[in-house]
Amino acid sequence: MDKTLEKTEIKTAPEGGEGAAGAERLIVSSSPHFLDAESIPKIMHTVVMALVPAMAASVYFFGWRALLLILVCVGACMLTEWAFQKYRKKPIKVYDGSAIITGILLALTLPPGFPIFGAILGSVFAIGIGKQLFGGIGFNIFNPALLGRAFLMATYPVLMTTWLEPRTVAKAVDAVSAATPLAMMKFEAKFAPLADLFFGNVSGSLGETSVVAILIGGLYLRYKGYINWKLPLGYLGSMAAFSAIFWFVNPAKYPSPAFHIFAGGAMLGAWFMVTDMVTSPTTALGQWIFAIVGGIIAVIIRLFGGLPEGVMYSILFMNAFVPLINKHTRPRVFGGSLKAQG
Amino acid sequence: MGHKTFARGIHPSYYKELTAAKRVEGSTLPKTVTIPLQQHAGAPCEPLVKKGDLVQEGQKIGDVKAFVSAPVHASISGKVKDVELAQHPNGTRVLSVVIEGDGAVKDWEAGSSRPDLGSLTPEAIREAIREAGIVGMGGAGFPTSVKLAPPKGKTIDAVILNGCECEPYLTADHRIMAEDPEKVVWGLKALMRASGARMGFVGIEENKPEAIRAIKEKLDNSTDIQIIVLEAKYPQGAEKMLIHAALGRKVPPGKLPLDVGVLVNNVGTAAAVYEALVYKKPLIDRIVTISGNGVKEPRNLKVRVGTSFEEVLGQCGGISGEGEIEVLNGGPMMGIAQSTLNVPVVKGTSGITVISSGSFKSKPYDPCIKCARCVEACPMALMPYKLGDYGRAHRLPEFKDWQGVSCIECGCCSYVCPAKRPLLQWIRIGKLKVRQEAVKAAAK
Repeated sequence: MDKTLEKTEIKTAPEGGEGAAGAERLIVSSSPHFLDAESIPKIMHTVVMALVPAMAASVYFFGWRALLLILVCVGACMLTEWAFQKYRKKPIKVYDGSAIITGILLALTLPPGFPIFGAILGSVFAIGIGKQLFGGIGFNIFNPALLGRAFLMATYPVLMTTWLEPRTVAKAVDAVSAATPLAMMKFEAKFAPLADLFFGNVSGSLGETSVVAILIGGLYLRYKGYINWKLPLGYLGSMAAFSAIFWFVNPAKYPSPAFHIFAGGAMLGAWFMVTDMVTSPTTALGQWIFAIVGGIIAVIIRLFGGLPEGVMYSILFMNAFVPLINKHTRPRVFGGSLKAQG
Repeated sequence: MGHKTFARGIHPSYYKELTAAKRVEGSTLPKTVTIPLQQHAGAPCEPLVKKGDLVQEGQKIGDVKAFVSAPVHASISGKVKDVELAQHPNGTRVLSVVIEGDGAVKDWEAGSSRPDLGSLTPEAIREAIREAGIVGMGGAGFPTSVKLAPPKGKTIDAVILNGCECEPYLTADHRIMAEDPEKVVWGLKALMRASGARMGFVGIEENKPEAIRAIKEKLDNSTDIQIIVLEAKYPQGAEKMLIHAALGRKVPPGKLPLDVGVLVNNVGTAAAVYEALVYKKPLIDRIVTISGNGVKEPRNLKVRVGTSFEEVLGQCGGISGEGEIEVLNGGPMMGIAQSTLNVPVVKGTSGITVISSGSFKSKPYDPCIKCARCVEACPMALMPYKLGDYGRAHRLPEFKDWQGVSCIECGCCSYVCPAKRPLLQWIRIGKLKVRQEAVKAAAK
């Protein structure tokens, strides 16, 4: 933090020396003199609250192991944050909630059977490399949780794509490995029923099962005013619109737009990762561009890429362009294009 | 909702209920007043009196030949105790006339009669306004007579009275409209005549129904004056925002309302114009709202210019509670914090707000999380988080490129920032550095 330019607070003796009543209590600071009650911890903890339904759904569908993965990721993220802040002699702000969010989001992108050591490694990478090496909160370019997941995808590609059936699906043997709806779509051209996708009765990573749980959290955040509706709507809308083109051409080969936005990480990504304040644009036009192009890229990867899922890479890809997008989508200053009289 | 307004802005808590329904009360006659010789934008006045002189209430005690200026008058009758440098509520020290009162009070209304506006020439009205020392009473303090005389080639077709009073806590304008609508409307007509404008508007936020009703009643048959009811949103009363909401015209960056043919005046200024033309009374007192969570008995008082903050606060039960406070000349969004209570009420003092510790105390700020709240709040469509960084780092090329000089210093960005970054303070640094650079370049 900048020590030389703290908000000035000057205590002064009364000018006239008359010792005016209460004068010794006077504080001088620059306007405005009262501020909104919002704070970073308040925002972050609200996001954590909004993730509760998705976490609850993951525990419901995948059992206590899901909870264990979430706790491990959150703990590892907070510990890494603490260690870096301690090492860099920065104020310890582990409890501002941002590391908790990263931990939860990373856990929600992991397969239920993912090993604990891998989850720890991913968390250390997400916070250490993804966030603290850039300078900590506010300075990271990429979404830390997604960066952690990308790292695990590169280091443990097999473990990262070994999926379990949710326990709500009746099975003779417990914990049978299964293909995700997106993998079935890609490699077998089979489309899962929309109702199963909506409620979460499909295999996948912890948080990409239940659409309804994520929607509840997302809409709660929208209600609280902590996410900009342009981002999730732009992202999901562009995924739907772009995938609709292929669906119209060949509905047997390409899934419907509804399948695209309900399957995989689309919902989780759209409501909790595209909307990440730090790594999304600050201008209205920039937010549209970021969300819409991101949605298109996700669909392209899903349909024509080597991987069944493209949400993670589409968001990371767009993250990289945020500074550029901000720079070129500045709003026009009030009255900027008009001519004066005379 | 549904009322006219501008894009972006914020909805802070207004706390107007503390004083909104309280009638304006008279204040006790001060024993001494300290009258700064500069209470306006422009050239400071030169003193017309010296130590030991006897002065009458309303006597001119400072003036200067410069065009952009406004004379100052004695607000009480008595003896000039001194002409000295004294603390001004804008934070500087200004040559001021200190008058020791003799207890005499002048009745300005006695024997006055309202002249027929049609019989007064625009020049006569402008001259009377200048002689009465009238300046913008919303706080900026620009001499009103100067605004009424547009340079050649520019015309004014609309006069807007600013009755928005979007600053939290303040209710002075509200009370003027509710209690003296006659003066406000007549003053507006005088301003229209003096400027040659055909259209008159009174812009009022919808949270002042009493004021809207009162003004509406006085408009009777005049078709050239309209009330514009505006959404209660900060900074609705900023000149550019008001003009845009009322008329749909946008004042370009670096230009004045005059450049789009508009003259904006505070409702208090219109009332002062009435008093100047009808009572022949110069601007020697004004309505001040004394409010805030740190004052015992919030009130609206008619205060003589030059009365000390300490004396005014004393008539409101004094400062309450314990701990640190901020005493502001104006409201909490744009007011200036005082380092002493021994400062005078000036022509532009619309309120004295006392904010007690807790609600203002600056905490150490956090890094920017790019939440875009400041961008969504800025009424000028700037990007305050960028400007703040450029301003505090003195990165002037970037600061100018991102339009930092267009900032109107409303404070919305600092208000909404969840990281509590003092954005406006940093932007002010940038603006100051740009000005200094321009001065340096001009000197070369």
